[in-house]
Amino acid sequence: MIYREAGQYKTSYEADRAVFPLRQDRIGIALIIVAAYAAGVFGSDFLLQAVLIPFLIFSLAAIGLNILVGYAGLLSLGTGAFMGVGAYACYKLMTAFPEVNVVVWILMSGFFSAAVGVFFGLPSLRIKGFYLAVATLAAQFFLQWSFNRIPWLYNYNISGAIEAPLSTLFGVPITGATATSEARYFVVLTLVIGLTWLASNLVHGRIGRQWMAIRDMDIAAELIGIRPLTAKLMAFACSSYFVGVAGAMMVFLWYGGAEYNVFNIDQSFFILFMIIIGGLGSLIGSFMGAALIFMLPIGLGIVLPAITEPFGLTVGAATIEHLRFMIVGALIIFFLIVEPHGLARLWQIGKQKLRVWPFPY
Amino acid sequence: MSADHAHSFAAADALEETAAPAGGGAPAARARSDEVLLSVENVSLGFGGVKALTDVSFDIRKGEIRAIIGPNGAGKTSMLNCINGFYHPTEGRITFKGQTRPKMRPHEAAAGGIARTFQNVALFKGMSTLDNIMTGRSLKMRTNVFWQLVRFGPATREEVEHRRKVEDIIDFLQIQHIRKTPVGKLPYGLQKRVELGRALAMEPELLLLDEPMAGMNLEEKEDMSRFILDVNQEFGTTIALIEHDMGVVMDLSDRVVVLEYGRKIADGTPDEVKANQAVIDAYLGVPH
Ligand SMILES: Nc1ncnc2c1ncn2[C@@H]1O[C@H](COP(=O)(O)OP(=O)(O)OP(=O)(O)O)[C@@H](O)[C@H]1O
Ligand SMILES: [Mg+2]
Repeated sequence: MIYREAGQYKTSYEADRAVFPLRQDRIGIALIIVAAYAAGVFGSDFLLQAVLIPFLIFSLAAIGLNILVGYAGLLSLGTGAFMGVGAYACYKLMTAFPEVNVVVWILMSGFFSAAVGVFFGLPSLRIKGFYLAVATLAAQFFLQWSFNRIPWLYNYNISGAIEAPLSTLFGVPITGATATSEARYFVVLTLVIGLTWLASNLVHGRIGRQWMAIRDMDIAAELIGIRPLTAKLMAFACSSYFVGVAGAMMVFLWYGGAEYNVFNIDQSFFILFMIIIGGLGSLIGSFMGAALIFMLPIGLGIVLPAITEPFGLTVGAATIEHLRFMIVGALIIFFLIVEPHGLARLWQIGKQKLRVWPFPY
Repeated sequence: MSADHAHSFAAADALEETAAPAGGGAPAARARSDEVLLSVENVSLGFGGVKALTDVSFDIRKGEIRAIIGPNGAGKTSMLNCINGFYHPTEGRITFKGQTRPKMRPHEAAAGGIARTFQNVALFKGMSTLDNIMTGRSLKMRTNVFWQLVRFGPATREEVEHRRKVEDIIDFLQIQHIRKTPVGKLPYGLQKRVELGRALAMEPELLLLDEPMAGMNLEEKEDMSRFILDVNQEFGTTIALIEHDMGVVMDLSDRVVVLEYGRKIADGTPDEVKANQAVIDAYLGVPH
């Protein structure tokens, strides 16, 4: 099928404002969703547990951070901690009210991280850029400290860890030791698709435009009647919601349990790198960045031995880990300098070329 | 620096023929009233030691085009910044639509019906022309977060309704061809036009234009003059305009206020101001 818009005239503003105005794009998205569900049925346990589930969860966290950094232009280094707030909130809710379905609690936990996000977002009204990043860094350390030092948060467990209790959806276990990766994958996939749809609606509507206006020229935005206070806190709230839900999903639908140090500053940077490489201010970029950063070591683990083994060299896991950091570092520098809009932009340019192919313009 | 203005002032009559938009004699046809929309009373503004404005008073009547002129650094931009709440006068009062507000935030001024363009284009660079102008309608959009999240029902209806208004503005300014272009990629003249569009999208009662034609060529200036006149006549919008090109000022404005070193030195019709000795001195750089 040729990627063209020929013959697709938009006869109404409704059609023109669609997120995917091109029929080919809509078909493409539908195919990807079908393939994603098919992967749940046919995919191996390794593919689901080690690749797809974490990829989806990190994509959601990246979407959350992208709302804040890419759309609203507010830099945050507290992503890891906000994921933690979601996870601990979900743990408390699950253990306090075990009769309520866990999916409900996962979605509710985001409201707690949203509230905490708004609180730590308050300084953004006065400070910007580097200084705001430092303020969110304070949130990161304070929250991580709380996860460790407030035993109430982990129900006074001797281990200090939170662990996913058993719970079911339609009679199938989805959290706890007996939950299959297949079942967890379907829950994760459905939640991520639903939440991505909501995020997409937000950024393509009035609220998204207000965020971008504040990001691009805050003075002009205010003179248009946008309240910086509302718009920025709204960005912190929405961003932290998605990040918090991703944190809850990470613990209860992927790891099965966690300690406070899972939500450390490395996690924050990890997700920041995803959106820098994937593309600031792009939802598709959030997925691309998560895919690249998360799947890179897995890809290297498969490709490198295949290249080096014929020469009698073995590549250890440590080497792969080092290589991964080197490649990610190089990529970040490359994208920051050459293409600040990341993979998403390269993808767009590619699509544009395809649209006019075979002519150069 | 004042030599530059001396030139443009002296050349005003010559420019009148060339830069005059079609139907330049239109002011007479305008619906003007004596009703005061905005009044500035004894406004002073200081930045530490620098006094940007000293005891300035003037008013803007409903439906008129009011020019604010003066040499560089005279305090013109500072005046607009006071009017829309970006700066707060250290002394004096500003009354808009009969209401005197001591400390008005910019978004409150916007809600009250004051729109603004900037001397240095202040567009949202990462967004398209369409989105920039749509953003201008933020204040008029009301659907809550829930509908925004599901992008359905009222949210869709609202978006389409406002899109229609925005398309009217795009047609009016003849920028259909750049609808989807990120504004950062547009040439300067078109950026100025998009910025006017964004201000118009607010459907303001008072439109403040800070050097809308700076850096434009003659043809672009003529287009812009035409748009400004049309906005004033068709939509009845009151306009306060800062402009260095005397030809344009003389053509467009009903009344002119002249600032120099933060003080008002003249106020009246273009012809009165043109004949005023203090103004001529200011522009010729005669030392006081
Ligand atoms: N934020 C500020 N801080 C300090 N001084 C300022 C500030 N804004 C303006 N000024 C000073 O106030 C005076 C008036 O500036 P303003 O920008 O209002 O002049 P202007 O008439 O718009 O000039 P131009 O024709 O160059 O645009 C100048 O001396 C300027 O340096
Ligand atoms: Mg100025």
